[in-house]
Amino acid sequence: MTTSGWEPGLRESYLYDRNVIAEIQRAAREGIYDIRGFGAKRRLPHFDDLLLLGASISRYPLEGYRERCGTDVVHGTRYATKPLALKLPVTIAGMSFGALSAPAKEALGRGASEVGTSTTTGDGGMTDEERLSSKTLVYQLLPSRYGMNPDDLRRADAIEVVVGQGAKPGGGGMLLGHKISDRVAEMRDLPRGIDQRSASRHPDWTGPDDLEIKILELREITDWEKPVFVKVGATRTYYDVQLAVKAGADVIVVDGMQGGTAATQDVFIEHAGIPTLPAVRLAVQALTELGMHRRVQLIVSGGIRTGADVAKALALGADAVSIGTAALIAMGDNSPEYDEQYRALGSAAGFYDDWQAGYDPVGISTQDDELAGAFDPVVGGRRLANYLRVLTLEAQTLARACGKSHVHNLEPEDLVALTVEAAAMAGVPLAGTNWIPGVGEAR
Amino acid sequence: MAVVTDVEVVDLGTTSLRELNQRLHDVAGEEPEPRRWRVVNPNGSHAVACGLDAPLEVEIAGHVGYYCAGMNKRATVRVRGNAGPGLAENMMSGTVVVDGNASQSAGATGRGGLLVVHGDAGARCGISMKGVDIVVRGSIGHLSAFMAQRGALVVCGDAGEALGDSIYETHVYVRGTVASLGADCIEKELEERHLLEVQSLLQRAGCRDVDPFEFRRYGSARQLYNFRIDNAGAY
Repeated sequence: MTTSGWEPGLRESYLYDRNVIAEIQRAAREGIYDIRGFGAKRRLPHFDDLLLLGASISRYPLEGYRERCGTDVVHGTRYATKPLALKLPVTIAGMSFGALSAPAKEALGRGASEVGTSTTTGDGGMTDEERLSSKTLVYQLLPSRYGMNPDDLRRADAIEVVVGQGAKPGGGGMLLGHKISDRVAEMRDLPRGIDQRSASRHPDWTGPDDLEIKILELREITDWEKPVFVKVGATRTYYDVQLAVKAGADVIVVDGMQGGTAATQDVFIEHAGIPTLPAVRLAVQALTELGMHRRVQLIVSGGIRTGADVAKALALGADAVSIGTAALIAMGDNSPEYDEQYRALGSAAGFYDDWQAGYDPVGISTQDDELAGAFDPVVGGRRLANYLRVLTLEAQTLARACGKSHVHNLEPEDLVALTVEAAAMAGVPLAGTNWIPGVGEAR
Repeated sequence: MAVVTDVEVVDLGTTSLRELNQRLHDVAGEEPEPRRWRVVNPNGSHAVACGLDAPLEVEIAGHVGYYCAGMNKRATVRVRGNAGPGLAENMMSGTVVVDGNASQSAGATGRGGLLVVHGDAGARCGISMKGVDIVVRGSIGHLSAFMAQRGALVVCGDAGEALGDSIYETHVYVRGTVASLGADCIEKELEERHLLEVQSLLQRAGCRDVDPFEFRRYGSARQLYNFRIDNAGAY
């Protein structure tokens, strides 16, 4: 059989393709579900299924390199006395120290700070490296509360109550024992070397009414200075967003099912939640119906890779987007120069997703001192800054072509869909028609 | 004869919660002035005296709602009444005492200090506790000490179902009955060092009439610390 998989007489099953067969064989051999990193790998309706229309006779474009197209965004204008003013509508999503090495966290802070945007802690507390390297740092309050303390709450620039994430809505976290170094163990108040499970629900609140009081407590502890974000995995997005608004969120983060993870069951990654595309539309609809669109900021994440993705998400009504997987790739993850090392681990550059294992040759998803020590946070930060600049420039390019003097002026009217599915999910017309499937029908 | 110091009285019937907490936050340092506070008419307010970070003594004359004394550091907070959910959640140090009963999730994720409940505590008492010590004079509800990591939970009464489910290294001591133990939680031998620990905590909690020899100890069997497919039924 050739590497392309085809020779006369060999017919591969669509239902049982080679990946399916390999997974059945692996499951039978190992007796445990597959845990991996990265995000959903299946094809899903996404921003690629939308197009921006650009200007024409009835729309007036801005000059590509001369006329200003703003990209700034302010998060937390609803209640916080110290909202976050960012230069870019692209932020860095929460990723834990533990899942990532300390130099990788530092690089995220360096890159984001260089271009004027924020980073986010993760399920493991705040490290000094990321606080020092991040001009604007969002501190996550997760169900596990690993490392949670009021001093870090006060030295954070914003607080993000994490209800769920797109890769595993309804699921807790897992940091496998071989990634638990002494430092990680100490930060999480657990012994070294054991699997650290993160609970799937918060220990001291259980519903939207409780959440409202929890947010009140966080505001009281921090004297109402910090914006309070609420992050949800995209599922019942319309209702979750309305409940988060009711609970008093300043900012809502909606993470589509393409959102990345450091360690989650493959079956969870691929089969739970809804794609980012419909999640944006549902979130914006929920905010608009409450009269809170733009008053409560909406950050969307899950599969943001290009400036086109940024522009399309903003056109659908998001105030900003957030990136995780793409940020790690920008910093060096899956780089071809490490192909030999990836192959020694049974993977290859471009395919590596064993972020849970701790053997990352690039030094990002590891707690091995030698591997992490080889990762240069200055170089990684610089690459991330470059990438963030490119995302912004690309989004500006498209916005100017649509005649917008600020990326927030992009609107659904600037979009059409390539597929019926995307048209229905995003709520924009199928290209060449005025047909938006589902409009006027029951939600 | 003890020196009588001034007590700052704040009436939550006429003062906002925000003003109370801001004033308590503003008196920082090792010798805060005033040191002693009395909060009257709390009327079930939420988030009373949360986020303190000074050696204050705060007495709350009445019932409080959710998250009283949340994330407390160094302060001593005494509730002369009952407390709602999330009492002293994530407390770091200091002492929190409730004369009455506490609702669910008392001492959740607490990382240090001492929490004393003289009445009963509801479900999930000490959930995910990370170093706080908790003494409950009465009984506790179901799923207490769930995923409890560090610290000690001393219960003078009975414990509800699924005690210590998925527990890590917290020491749990119960004088009365245990309805059932959660996954990976087992009874363990009460050694001398454990007796001393119970005795010390009872004394600090003001429960000197309780005999430490009457307690039984529970903790982790450590069988679920690393995933093994043979334990799949326990997950």
